[in-house]
Amino acid sequence: MIKQVASLIVLLGIGIILTMAVIDMPAFGDPEAPAHRHVAPRYIALAEEETGVTNMVTAILADYRGYDTLGELTVIFAAGAAVLSLLGSKHE
Amino acid sequence: MTTVVIQTIGRILVPFIQLFGLYVIIHGPVSPGGGFQGGVIVGASMILLALSYDLSSAEARASHKVRIAMDSTGALLFAGIGLVALLAGGFFLEYGIIPLPMAPAEVRGIFILLVGVAIGIHIMALAASLFLHLAEEHEI
Amino acid sequence: MRFEFIAVNFPYFVSVALLLVGLYAMIVRKNLIKKIMGLNIFSTSVLFFLIAAGYKEGGAPPIRVPGIEVYVNPLPHALVLTGIVVALALTTFALALVIKIYKEYGTIDSDKL
Repeated sequence: MIKQVASLIVLLGIGIILTMAVIDMPAFGDPEAPAHRHVAPRYIALAEEETGVTNMVTAILADYRGYDTLGELTVIFAAGAAVLSLLGSKHE
Repeated sequence: MTTVVIQTIGRILVPFIQLFGLYVIIHGPVSPGGGFQGGVIVGASMILLALSYDLSSAEARASHKVRIAMDSTGALLFAGIGLVALLAGGFFLEYGIIPLPMAPAEVRGIFILLVGVAIGIHIMALAASLFLHLAEEHEI
Repeated sequence: MRFEFIAVNFPYFVSVALLLVGLYAMIVRKNLIKKIMGLNIFSTSVLFFLIAAGYKEGGAPPIRVPGIEVYVNPLPHALVLTGIVVALALTTFALALVIKIYKEYGTIDSDKL
């Protein structure tokens, strides 16, 4: 019981901090927010011209940030290998 | 507990789900989708088969060895595509430098499609593999 | 006066609420499977926050169509795709560990381990 009350107090603290942080965010859907002014306009403007691909998400995923995707593939490959080494003893 | 209704519906649906997954992979560069999404759809068809029949029938269609081979092939294909750019004299994963008889933008488009296919092969084997290994009977 | 921010930034507050729900499940629940469910809710809230931050008013999906000039930010979409796959890897590994724990100790209650 004391544990639950303590965890609720901790959660309340985290919630207040996060709410204060979120109040200061730019308005939802604001086209002039800092997130839309850094590198995204370049992707939107030049992705088709530079890669010949209309889907910008695919262009970013496989070309501009291909190294990131390779690391991600490594992560999930490692997860698969870990699951197999933990549970796959039947198939040896 | 599976019934004949579930089994029939599952058996009819599986090829269409797989076809749709391959469509999503191939059309990744021009429409919503890509390697990850299509791969998960194809893997989910195997999960549907395992749920509607039993694990051994899914295992018969995609055996452990096939899944491991596809898994490794996808990852190696991606890394190999990166190395091709390295061999052509560019940076790792810089497709535009690969000397093919077309514009660099088109070369990049083609290699983005190839990378999507590699990711799709990897993920479709892995999604089925993870489910089948987690769901198989463990002696306790 | 402060409350109009809630109406404007509603998706962010939903994300914070979702994060607290996931954190509560991770802290309070004793069942390890429910802890993993909490972890999933937690990661979903973070991904939701990123997607919400990438939205632009009146933006089209980030697939170039002739005649449309305003697109939503495609960068969070690519990052969230990465995040979803990493969350999947994390979840399956955690479930595999839970299976091993159950084999070893015969329980998945974190207090009785």
